[in-house]
Amino acid sequence: MAYSDKVLDHYNNPRNVGSLDRASSSVGTGMVGAPECGDVMKLQIQVNDATGIIEDAKFKTFGCGSAIASSSLATEWLKGKSVDEALQIKNTDIVNELSLPPVKIHCSVLAEDAIKAAISDYRKKQGSDVAVTAAQTVA
Amino acid sequence: MKSPIYLDNHATTRTDPRVLEAMLPYFTENFGNAASRNHEFGWTAEQGVEKARKQIASLIGANAKEIIFTSGATESDNLAIKGVAEMYAEKGNHIITAATEHKAVLDTCKKLEKHGYRVTYLPVQGDGLIDLQMLKEAITDKTILVSIMYANNEIGVVQPVAEIGKLCRERGVLFHSDAVQAIGKIPVDVNADNIDIASITAHKLYGPKGVGALYVRRRSPRVQLTAQMDGGGHERGMRSGTLNVPGIVGLGEACAIAQRELAQEMERTRALRDRLRARLEAGLDEVYVNGSMEHRLPGNLNISFAYVEGESLLMGINDVAVSSGSACTSATLEPSYVLKALGLGDDIAHSSIRFGIGRFNTQEEIDYVSDKLIDVVRKLRELSPLYEMFKEGIDLSTVQWAHD
Ligand SMILES: Cc1ncc(COP(=O)(O)O)c(C=O)c1O
Ligand code: FES
Repeated sequence: MAYSDKVLDHYNNPRNVGSLDRASSSVGTGMVGAPECGDVMKLQIQVNDATGIIEDAKFKTFGCGSAIASSSLATEWLKGKSVDEALQIKNTDIVNELSLPPVKIHCSVLAEDAIKAAISDYRKKQGSDVAVTAAQTVA
Repeated sequence: MKSPIYLDNHATTRTDPRVLEAMLPYFTENFGNAASRNHEFGWTAEQGVEKARKQIASLIGANAKEIIFTSGATESDNLAIKGVAEMYAEKGNHIITAATEHKAVLDTCKKLEKHGYRVTYLPVQGDGLIDLQMLKEAITDKTILVSIMYANNEIGVVQPVAEIGKLCRERGVLFHSDAVQAIGKIPVDVNADNIDIASITAHKLYGPKGVGALYVRRRSPRVQLTAQMDGGGHERGMRSGTLNVPGIVGLGEACAIAQRELAQEMERTRALRDRLRARLEAGLDEVYVNGSMEHRLPGNLNISFAYVEGESLLMGINDVAVSSGSACTSATLEPSYVLKALGLGDDIAHSSIRFGIGRFNTQEEIDYVSDKLIDVVRKLRELSPLYEMFKEGIDLSTVQWAHD
């Protein structure tokens, strides 16, 4: 398979690799996928509780190059956004930005799910009842 | 060192320059049809074909009359299995094969099931070998054929072929073996191994693509096959079609070279394989060899790098040609059925790389590839949430994963 330059760039220079303090009340953690499916994505956000702005984002991904690129791109996009704005990120935006072929769409869906799961975790910690449902985008 | 480095010799091999040289005259001056009986062109072509038949037979301890030419192993497997099924339909309708066979065997068997045949797919043990006791128990008085490959194309595991053949012989059941990966790589002898029918393809032993052969035993027992291709009655009526003379000459030459060089080539590829394995194991933790190390082709290494996904691994070594059992590299997004048949978790299948070391690989290449792979695995493990959990002492099998 031929990879787009952007996928290769994220693969070779992944942005924001790492972990944030899971226990902190201003950190939201999303972990999606499963090892037997060949993909697990962990995405974390650090939110400024006063402003609601995402100040930091980190990821770790077990998966193909497109899954790594999708999550790396997601962390770039998350930083500086408000939590509400972050919820607007769609897997199709990732597909377009990275020029993912059809068989790799599910890798972008996983990234969207990871964003939603991280925000949901953050909101739960903050005691907010605004439930976030992971989008069931058809891959 | 030339780049990219080719370490995918189970998929196909480079045509040996000596093979190509032997073939060339049969495209030009000696272009005749081997079936033309009344002129020089035909005779010369026929001589080339008959020499090749002897060379192939000699490599596997057969008689030249027992070699039927085909277009490759897919056709050979089809002809063997369907040909026996049709010819011996009155005797029985039961076929036994194994879960780790090549698709050319498995899908042929599936097709026969649609036509009323019954097929037993034997499971394999954790090391990839079939259980002889299980085979013994699976044979019934309706069994007409056992088809078990000699060596596996993914894990290189070599089955106890001689014992399988002996068991079949005792029960009066024909034994077919897809010997594609074994012939020219390890000693194969159809008599010592009690094989009745064997599939061969040229492109796995440094010959050209699109030409193969089927060994069909002529006495004790005499095997008969119903032709699957009707026409001019070539190849003792078992396979019609004008012979691919240059290809056949190439297959013959490839067998002759293999016969001369087998022992030293086995030793050389085994040393390279063992070196690759030793370097990878010295440089990394959590690497697992898939399948028996003892019963294995000398040039094969199938190895999993836990907590790293195979396709991302291949991306990191893009100047090295290998393949992976990961679902992400397959069109169907299913991990390798061969690795799954060993009882391995899907996660280990997703993390696997198959190396096929061959005649043209060098120690320099092996060293380059192992160094590079160690780097890439380390880098990807830094990216891997699973490796992080493993290092924190979390047992991944107890984690509740969020499935969609
Ligand atoms: C074990 C085995 N059987 C059959 C085949 C099919 O051979 P061919 O490509 O000649 O049809 C292959 C190679 O792909 C193989 O590895
Ligand atoms: S994670 Fe399997 S194709 Fe992307």
